[in-house]
Amino acid sequence: MSDATANSELIRERTKLQQALRLMRQQPLGTAGLFVVIVMVLAAVFADVVAPYDPELNQYEFILQPPEWSFLMGTDMFGRDILSRIIHGARTALLVGFIASFVGSTAGLVLGVASAYFGGKFDLLFQRVTDVFLAFPLIIMALAVVAAFGTGIENVIIAITIPFIPRCARVVRSSALALRSVPYVDAARAAGFSHTRIILRHLVPNVIGPYLILLTAFQGEAILLEASLTYLGLGVQEPTPAWGLMLQGGAEEFAESAPWVAIFPGLAITLAVFAFNLFGDALRDVLDPRLRGR
Amino acid sequence: MYAYVVKRVLLMIPTLLGAAVLIFFLLRAIPGDVCETKMAGDGAYVDQQQIEMCREQLGISDPIYVQFGDFVYGMLTFDLGNSMYTGRSINSEISHRFELSLEIAILATLTSILIALPLGVISAVRQNTWIDYVVRLISISGIAIPSFWLGIMLILGILLITQWWTEYFYGVRQPWLPPITFVSIFEDPVRNLQQLIWPAIATGFRYSAVATRMTRAAMLEVLKEDYVRTARAKGIIEKIVVRRHALKNAMLPVVTIIGIEFAFLLGGLVVTEQVFNLNGLGKLFVESVTSADYSMTQALVMLVVAIFVFVNLMVDLAYAWLDPRIRYS
Repeated sequence: MSDATANSELIRERTKLQQALRLMRQQPLGTAGLFVVIVMVLAAVFADVVAPYDPELNQYEFILQPPEWSFLMGTDMFGRDILSRIIHGARTALLVGFIASFVGSTAGLVLGVASAYFGGKFDLLFQRVTDVFLAFPLIIMALAVVAAFGTGIENVIIAITIPFIPRCARVVRSSALALRSVPYVDAARAAGFSHTRIILRHLVPNVIGPYLILLTAFQGEAILLEASLTYLGLGVQEPTPAWGLMLQGGAEEFAESAPWVAIFPGLAITLAVFAFNLFGDALRDVLDPRLRGR
Repeated sequence: MYAYVVKRVLLMIPTLLGAAVLIFFLLRAIPGDVCETKMAGDGAYVDQQQIEMCREQLGISDPIYVQFGDFVYGMLTFDLGNSMYTGRSINSEISHRFELSLEIAILATLTSILIALPLGVISAVRQNTWIDYVVRLISISGIAIPSFWLGIMLILGILLITQWWTEYFYGVRQPWLPPITFVSIFEDPVRNLQQLIWPAIATGFRYSAVATRMTRAAMLEVLKEDYVRTARAKGIIEKIVVRRHALKNAMLPVVTIIGIEFAFLLGGLVVTEQVFNLNGLGKLFVESVTSADYSMTQALVMLVVAIFVFVNLMVDLAYAWLDPRIRYS
């Protein structure tokens, strides 16, 4: 390899890094959000190593201990370490959030693009079906799905995914409509490519912007929704550590004598959703220049 | 305008019918019904015959299209039948709780408007100053804070403050808590507000976040308009430019938010009522889901969907009325 190619490689590397740094300077809040998200993902992945205690370990000699050195966030009514439960709860929250928002918005992406591409009766029918789904407030739809399928982590994921699909499909369809008559799609069709190929290779990459924006926006919403369902007793069930569960039952009862039981899990939910929203907002600013400065 | 109204009202019908189909078949997609939950709930031995009898009684053993027909007919005649779990009339269960939930919804909407309008306007007028950044941070965090946690924190706050207050001024620790039983606002407004203002704040704060961002965006848009520049060029003081020229025109999108927010609000009630232990529609809904009470669940879902669709219609009509360009396009 000659020095010249190595050099140009190096320059490209540096400019990429510089680009990233410039983006980070332009979007300090988004960068902070991303940083928190990364920390949370790491904590969730390495929960077994990071957490000081077993999240399900009942230490009856340490019931409702206030925060101190050995229990940084105190213990709950069963003597379980709250910090450890929050770290393990991040696993549940992020798992539900990632799967639900990824599956929901990807299904919405494909359906939305297909609806715009085929047009005609298919599009009309699809739009009416979307209308029906959008007539359900998010949590009402999720609760209805839980009523049908039951509780537990898998069903919570389904319950959160389903209402996301039409929401994403609607947005993606409207951006894909403009692409229906662009020359390169006509060219692809003239070249005899299959519908599947045109949709996946020519249309989907061009509506990836709104897709990514929704994907991150759904992330925070999914975490909140999971916590709400779980808090209502209709989501993740004991003994799986989940933030919503930690706020259930005891938290209100002991609010006065042991406020830390209620404070920390709520802060964890807020911080997680906050971080995803900050990152999502920054992403939207970068990907959608029309919205810049709003 | 007349044709527009008719068109919009007619469009509601397929949506509502579709929602009825969706919720009805969704709830029946999975085996297991209220009779099994009711009897096998404790894990005891259940007589198959008894279950059959129960099903017969509730009409669950009828063919599915007959059940669906009954459901739609019931909705059209505003008689929703009886709860499958408790056997009580759904109409009366709902009407008992309607006042409470409606009042929280209205109070929460008022709270969110009271927070959102001033914050949204000031953050647009002072765009990219520290005030703007603070307001934006508040509105992003407003979306991030779960309303049930905010509710718990409110209760905790009330407890701690009243405890400190009574101890400091009267020497006795006597924490105050909101009243537990519901009194109609027409009977005892003070007691009623003492109870319901807290859930309204918990729900309203969260939804003010969306409204703040919308108000800000709408104001920013309007402040760029030619007529605002003209008004400034004429030498009108800034206060009047903002209030009369800009805010009035920015109100249009803000009206929409109230409609969009209503969906959030209806959902938010489900959780908030649980925190404050209020016996409203949200609590009834959660109970019906827990006990597999399909007739109650589907009735409540349809009620929420109908309210939501209706409010959206009202918002669209108000929009068309305020902005003639829409109804002619």
